[in-house]
Amino acid sequence: MTRSMMARGLLTFCLLRALGGWVPWVAVSGLLTSPVVTANEDTAVFAAATNSLKTATLNEMEKAVEELAAVHDPRVPQVLKALLEGRLYYTKDAGRMVYAAATADGFEITDVISGGKIGTVEKFAIKKVAINNTLRASLNQLIARLELSVGDPAQRLSAVKAMSKTIAPESALLLRQQLTVEQDKSVREAIRTALALADIASADKDARLKAIENLKGNLDPEVYNRLNALLEKDQDFFIEPDADIRNAAEAVIKNISFKLQLYRLAETAFFGLSLGAVLVLSAIGLAITFGVMGVINMAHGELMMLGAYTTYVVQLLMPQHIDLSLFVAIPAAFILAGLFGIAIERGIIRFLYGRPLETLLATFGVSLFLQQLVRSLFSPLNRSVVTPAWMSGSVEINSVLSLTLNRFYIIVFSVLVFLALLSVLNKTRLGLEVRAVAQNRSMAKAMGVRTGWVDAMTFGLGSGVAGVAGVALSQLTNVGPNLGQAYIVDSFMVVVFGGVGNLWGTLVAGLSLGIANKFLEPYAGAVLAKILLLVFIIIFIQKRPRGLFPQRGRAAEG
Amino acid sequence: MSAKVYADNSDWNRLFAHRLKGLFAAAALMLFGTTAQSQETIKVGILHSLSGTMAISETTLKDTMLMLIDEQNKKGGLLGRQLEPVVVDPASNWPLFAEKARELLQKDKVAAIYGCWTSVSRKSVLPVIEELNGLLFYPVQYEGEESSKNVFYTGAAPNQQAIPAVDYLMKDLKVKRWVLAGTDYVYPRTTNKILEAYLKAKGVKDKDILINYTPFGHSDWQSIVADIKKFGSTGKKTAVVSTINGDANVPFYKELGNQGVSAEKIPVVAFSVGEEELSGIDTAPLVGHLAAWNYFMSVDTPENANFIKKWHAFIKNPKRVTNDPMEAHYIGFNMWVKAVEKAKTTDPDAVAKAMIGMEFPNLTGGIAKMNKAHHLSKPVLIGEIQDDGQFETVWQTKGLVDGDAWSDYLPEDRYIIADWTPPINCGNYNTKTKKCSGQKY
Repeated sequence: MTRSMMARGLLTFCLLRALGGWVPWVAVSGLLTSPVVTANEDTAVFAAATNSLKTATLNEMEKAVEELAAVHDPRVPQVLKALLEGRLYYTKDAGRMVYAAATADGFEITDVISGGKIGTVEKFAIKKVAINNTLRASLNQLIARLELSVGDPAQRLSAVKAMSKTIAPESALLLRQQLTVEQDKSVREAIRTALALADIASADKDARLKAIENLKGNLDPEVYNRLNALLEKDQDFFIEPDADIRNAAEAVIKNISFKLQLYRLAETAFFGLSLGAVLVLSAIGLAITFGVMGVINMAHGELMMLGAYTTYVVQLLMPQHIDLSLFVAIPAAFILAGLFGIAIERGIIRFLYGRPLETLLATFGVSLFLQQLVRSLFSPLNRSVVTPAWMSGSVEINSVLSLTLNRFYIIVFSVLVFLALLSVLNKTRLGLEVRAVAQNRSMAKAMGVRTGWVDAMTFGLGSGVAGVAGVALSQLTNVGPNLGQAYIVDSFMVVVFGGVGNLWGTLVAGLSLGIANKFLEPYAGAVLAKILLLVFIIIFIQKRPRGLFPQRGRAAEG
Repeated sequence: MSAKVYADNSDWNRLFAHRLKGLFAAAALMLFGTTAQSQETIKVGILHSLSGTMAISETTLKDTMLMLIDEQNKKGGLLGRQLEPVVVDPASNWPLFAEKARELLQKDKVAAIYGCWTSVSRKSVLPVIEELNGLLFYPVQYEGEESSKNVFYTGAAPNQQAIPAVDYLMKDLKVKRWVLAGTDYVYPRTTNKILEAYLKAKGVKDKDILINYTPFGHSDWQSIVADIKKFGSTGKKTAVVSTINGDANVPFYKELGNQGVSAEKIPVVAFSVGEEELSGIDTAPLVGHLAAWNYFMSVDTPENANFIKKWHAFIKNPKRVTNDPMEAHYIGFNMWVKAVEKAKTTDPDAVAKAMIGMEFPNLTGGIAKMNKAHHLSKPVLIGEIQDDGQFETVWQTKGLVDGDAWSDYLPEDRYIIADWTPPINCGNYNTKTKKCSGQKY
């Protein structure tokens, strides 16, 4: 990320020179060439420009901000940043411009002009300088420009991208010079694109053809739009008179569209995988309680809800370490939901084995009880769970394909949970006993397996996994009393489709349903896609009542 | 499978509600039994869901009503009698709304009902209210195309929210391409139909409008946000007009943030996201997105400051927010009080007559006036979401906008008006054929 200071200084200098040539960037060039003024005058000018922010209406703000940005003063970027972040206030009594930071008992304010601390005041004593979207966009640009001298490659990149939209021919030369010294690969790429776009607008046919050729395979949406514009018609005549240019552009567009489609396909597949991962995660606990034990547990969704609320409570307990909260929440949720599961099994379900209808009703009662419990404890309102910084945002692979981080981590997480569960069932003594009891209860009992204990542990394991799924869901959806209801139907769908009693079936079913849903969605819409899937499953179950991977042999009879 | 599960659910909820009510009655008896009033009280029905999906929004409105009634009682009640709130829980179950409304009118004999949130619950209550001649005050912004003799619509009609918001986007933000995203039910569908007709009348082409519907509680927004991003990458300024309702908004905004769709690139203007909904979200990635309402908690007027202070004192939590439907109940209740005083009776017909032309100050400035179509005149505010979960007003209409029950932009409703004064006395009068369609609402 960091590169040598020397290179950066040189680069930014060159870039600033380049920027100076742009018509809309006059303010910056003025800033660079303005004569150095004495300190006192400087402060007076700065104070006047800053104070004008307070009286300006939203429509006048744009001008006021630009005037402030043109003031040559080291405090300017700080003011602009504070304005952007909503920290710039003024006191209601004296009208002093201040920075304000919220504290436990009000706002701590600092004078903008002198930089001296004033003290803590109540909220009503100060008023925020309001900004809107248009202003926010121009503030971002102004700050990027002002900070170019210390800017990182990402800032230079955004500056170049902003330039490629309003290209002026006389500046192309400066950009070409910049290209020879620019070290960062993505910035060089952006400059090349900007130059090619500039060349398309030139008068020289050869240069235009070459520029179009150079844009081949470029996925920047700006390129696609510009090339498409070459093919547009005004009534019956092409706006672009030269047929050669049109043909060249058409060929390049074909190439770009093909690539775009390919990446969109990859994107949809990723969306499908991530939806599938959520389905697997929410169904896998059920695959144990319903699949292995045969208990129809309607409270499964509520156990997930408990896991989500555990995340919320953990975040309340450690507000300073939100980034780590999930790692604490996962075991906590597993234990809590597991204990609840064991209590449900020991308290209710064990009296109802072999009576599926009563089990269904009793667990449904439990689910209502748990919902009302959190409603009374936490209020019926949704609780806000913070997404840790490392899970926010996305990885940009190119300008078309970007993978959102939270979804990516959840795919990884669900695979890990699946593998862990698989190894517990296949590699541990508990797993062995669970399978033995599931296959033939009385025989297992005769061999000395404590079936009651195994039942409780199995149910606890399935419930604990549901709790862990709840932690993941808290990052995707609302944490509220109804969280469980939204997922219970999907979970049963996945388990039934995959085949009862088979973890692999759950994995394959979850992922294929997720992917199928996402590929249907663009054509059918979110509502219809879901209906189509449900219809498909109903038909499928008619043909193969035991799901994708039915249990065979003796195990199936138990 | 899903239908069955939900059917079971509602039965259970009903059973539960029944039990709860028994408890309530017992508690009320203990509280009031000893201090029996010499005079009979005036009963006010509160029909808001206290459980189920809509509890999130509606519980607050129940508390608002309790506060307003309590305050009125401290002032000496109404017509020399005390007011008595009758709270029922329709449990976010639309048929149960009708059942509970019937119970309130027949058994409890309430003078007025304050209630409903979703349009489908209002539609379910309507036949009962009309049959038994009750009064319903409906406090939420809705899709219009309705005017009942027995309902007062204190929330915004489309011309008091959707149309001004689109105007703002078109004129101030120069938006050229439009995504109309909504939850799949009557309010978003009708509002989007009106908006589509309006946009086309303004010269927006078909290919520049993208309409998308999602189910209630939708949480997987990946492909839809990717579509919006793709739709907005053509170089023309794009905006999303969102009629997404309820808690589906939270994952929607989260996904927007994660996929890097910021308010500067593609602003989202929402009609169902208020302070209450934002209080459950980390608002940092939402800063700059817009909402259109008739009230914001941040509006700096003495009336509003006073209202917020009273609310905090009543609810005993200084962190609770106020929102637009609360203001609607505030205005609706105070107007009803004035109308009862004017009519000197709680008889629905007399009160309904006295309500028309009734005036009461808005919390955001100006005087709300109840018009002949049973809608209010209100100011329309556009606000940007701030990082503290509040809205900063960035634009507002000059003066008040009169609520229009029937949209002028739908060809089939263009000539329909509502006027509950003689000689027309009709909720859907056709000005061309000079006939009342006879349809009840």
